[in-house]
Amino acid sequence: MASPKKSAPPPADAPRRIVTKEEASEQIREVGHKIFTDIIRKNRKPEMKFPIRSLANVKYNPKKGYFEILGKQSTRTLTYNTVKSFAQSMRLLATTKKDLLDKNDIAGKREVYYNSKSWGECRFDEQPESDTLLDDIEGMLGINREQLGYIPEERGGDVTGPLTVIDRNPTSGEVVKINCAKLGSGAWSIPSRVEHLQFESKAKFILVIETASLFQRLVHHRYYEKADCILISMSGVPTRACRRFIRRLADDRRLPVLVFTDGDPYGYCNIYRTLKVGSGQAAHINSFFCVPQAQYLGVTPDDIKTYHLEDATHPLEEVDIKRAKDALKNDPFIRHHKPWQDALNKMLALGVRIEQQAFAKHGLNYVLDTYLPDKLKRRDFLP
Amino acid sequence: MAAKNKTPVEAASAESMARRQRDISVSEFFLKNRHLLGFDNPRKALLTTVKEAVDNALDACEEADIIPEIAVEIRQVGEERFRVEITDNGPGIVRAQIPRIFAKLLYGSKFHRLRMSRGQQGIGISAAGMYGQLTTGTATCILSKVKSARQAHHIEVQIDTRKNTPTVLKDVEIDWHPTFPGLASEKNSQPEPLMSAHGTSVAIEMEAAYVRGRLSVDEYLRQCVIANPHLQLHYRIVLKSPAPAEAGTPSGETPASNATPTPPPTAWVSFARMTRTPPPPPLEIKPHPHGVELGMLMQMLKDTESRSLRSMLSQDFSRVSSAVALAICTQAGLDPKANPTRIANRDSEALFKAINDTKLMRPPTDVLSPIGEELLMAGLQKEIRADFCTAFSRPPTVYRGNPFQIEAGLAYSKPGENEELAADDPVRLLRFANRVPLLYQTGACAISKSIIGVNWKNYGLAQPRGALPLGPMIIVVHIASVWVPFTSESKEAIAHYPEIIREITAALQECGRRLSVFLSRRRRQAEMDRKRNYIELYIPHLAIGLKDILDLSSKEEQSVVTRLRGLLERTHLET
Repeated sequence: MASPKKSAPPPADAPRRIVTKEEASEQIREVGHKIFTDIIRKNRKPEMKFPIRSLANVKYNPKKGYFEILGKQSTRTLTYNTVKSFAQSMRLLATTKKDLLDKNDIAGKREVYYNSKSWGECRFDEQPESDTLLDDIEGMLGINREQLGYIPEERGGDVTGPLTVIDRNPTSGEVVKINCAKLGSGAWSIPSRVEHLQFESKAKFILVIETASLFQRLVHHRYYEKADCILISMSGVPTRACRRFIRRLADDRRLPVLVFTDGDPYGYCNIYRTLKVGSGQAAHINSFFCVPQAQYLGVTPDDIKTYHLEDATHPLEEVDIKRAKDALKNDPFIRHHKPWQDALNKMLALGVRIEQQAFAKHGLNYVLDTYLPDKLKRRDFLP
Repeated sequence: MAAKNKTPVEAASAESMARRQRDISVSEFFLKNRHLLGFDNPRKALLTTVKEAVDNALDACEEADIIPEIAVEIRQVGEERFRVEITDNGPGIVRAQIPRIFAKLLYGSKFHRLRMSRGQQGIGISAAGMYGQLTTGTATCILSKVKSARQAHHIEVQIDTRKNTPTVLKDVEIDWHPTFPGLASEKNSQPEPLMSAHGTSVAIEMEAAYVRGRLSVDEYLRQCVIANPHLQLHYRIVLKSPAPAEAGTPSGETPASNATPTPPPTAWVSFARMTRTPPPPPLEIKPHPHGVELGMLMQMLKDTESRSLRSMLSQDFSRVSSAVALAICTQAGLDPKANPTRIANRDSEALFKAINDTKLMRPPTDVLSPIGEELLMAGLQKEIRADFCTAFSRPPTVYRGNPFQIEAGLAYSKPGENEELAADDPVRLLRFANRVPLLYQTGACAISKSIIGVNWKNYGLAQPRGALPLGPMIIVVHIASVWVPFTSESKEAIAHYPEIIREITAALQECGRRLSVFLSRRRRQAEMDRKRNYIELYIPHLAIGLKDILDLSSKEEQSVVTRLRGLLERTHLET
């Protein structure tokens, strides 16, 4: 197993590595210099090392509370087969350094893709190519791409509740305070970069919700006042910004985080697990994008019987079964937690999944009048 | 029977039938069956006439040890009427033989001998003359001069088709020398005509059609030069109007229909000989007992000059010693001293069986005169600009008691150099039998069958099931034999003897193996070029990236490019 050399960039799980643009720029220069030295001084084929980004190269570290990347690295030596991606890496690094970091500019992933169209034969043909390479560079440098000046395209998520976010005007630097309890029937959108935000809140916990419609119901009935919590909607798998925001908020205000998703393997293994411990794909930056204090509120397979929802379920589909079995076999997080294995096995035994909205069977507001208070009282959360 | 209630025709009696029974002359028979001889249509008639005359000229020169020089002139005299004149520098023909050679079917020197030659039956040129006579009413005109004579004979003959005998219309002695256009060279653009002290010229006027293309006289003569590298050939065709293009001929060969058509050459086109060394003269052999059928055995027993069976066997056959002859007689239970003619009538079957039960030496095989690998390749390279060319001669072997030898060669075109050879078309095939090009009946020929039977995919060519391989390539196969087994008298296709197919296959496989070495080397080269181009494409970008990151100078950027090119090419291109 390759252990990172001394000259190699610090491992990605270094605690909260926040770098300045000058430091990031210098790090790119070092990568370039090493390659230049290989070619000119040592007369050998240059190589680049990337951490392998997959579930096979992560370990669930219960102490730290997230997927920790292992030492496995892939070495990309310059050969006939790699010459194109090698050249693209160089040009992408050059663009990152010269156009973003040194000029204090930002760019979206899709803009990078289009920017490459000026590189002639070296251009990216499809955006997934440039996305992958960007992930590689992120891993190689050990700096998440937001710090390199890349902004995510996707929306971050919505926040409502007893929370005041302290932001700054990007041009003037003037302090802007946003009171998330006074947004009427709407919500505050999490911005793509959240590192600079500060928080004021007296809430007791954070409730993270998968679907936007249930979030709207809770907002409409001002559930956050009743339960004294901050409501966050993820709309599916949470974005990096959303995960980072929840993490920073929870760390800052020392708040517990409860997660409420559909009761299906996707909700458990993709949405909740990614929020809590990160993903294999982004293993090199999980230390930033994880919420170790998160706990799972529901809907659990046990809830089906407890709340008499047997006739509000759907049969598991082929893809659900495959996902559940795969997680039981390969997902380090699930394999670490017996309760999760029990939950997935139970779901497989029942052969059904359940949606958040299923509680409407007992009345539209049953979920906030009965289910949530009941669950909060019982506190039988999954890890 | 259905005929029951019809009025019965008066039944023929043996006597009435006898009145209708009479001789059929061979000439009459072939007049009715002229397709057997290659005169089925006007276009083919023209080719067959040229072919028969050229074959005869070459055979005569070979036998007389003369380096052949032949002129072929085709002149259109009417809408569908052509005069074909072929002149050679051969030994000439003595006066007495001229009428029978040119106006009597089945008259010739080659049928009764086992010797490698182009002609076999003694039909060809007389049939051509007869065809001309039939279609135009004209006579065959012959000029011939032998070396010893001062003057040449000018004879015009027709054939009496009833009796199969020549009718001489004109017979005079004139001053004439066979004359050939000189070869233009760098020094001499207007060369003097060449004159020979001996030779023969035949002119036949006939109904014919001239169409260019794969089955044309032009193609025949071109191939003839390949198979006969010692031949110097002159050719011209004089047309009244431009020849129609053959449908389906690749556009490279014929001018576009509306553009001003290039008139066919009225000037002489000359093919210079590639060698002055004539092929070693083929030797004549006696038939081998294992190649003789019962009927022929009976005929030989009747015709022999020997007095006893034993001496007949050892005298008239090859590979039968006196001792072996005795063994055959004993095996057959026949008296070695018996009269061969009597045996022919009574005991030939027992003798035939005994012969085939006796082990015999194979016939001598050193009697053939192959073209030779080098000259075959030279001929191919004259035909196309080739990237790769090879030829292979099998050792001579035997089918049915007849020695034969197979030579095969192939030439793989330079890409884009030979328009008529497309990469996804079937390969072009040149078939030769005793140095004579075979143009018709490709599908029926043992050569085609053998080529199709070889698995060319093993050698890097595409090959549809049951078809010729595809590729910009020419395959040439030559069979030399004392008796080439044709499927018909028009001598267009080789019969499918397993021994022959086996030999052709073996020769082709050897050529195929050599081709595959070449093709795989070429593929490797192409792969290397492709890799080099790919590397060349991206190295500059890598350098640009480094330059932007490290603020390199243009000189440093350039040295990165140079160094990387060296590094990558060393590992990926030198294998």
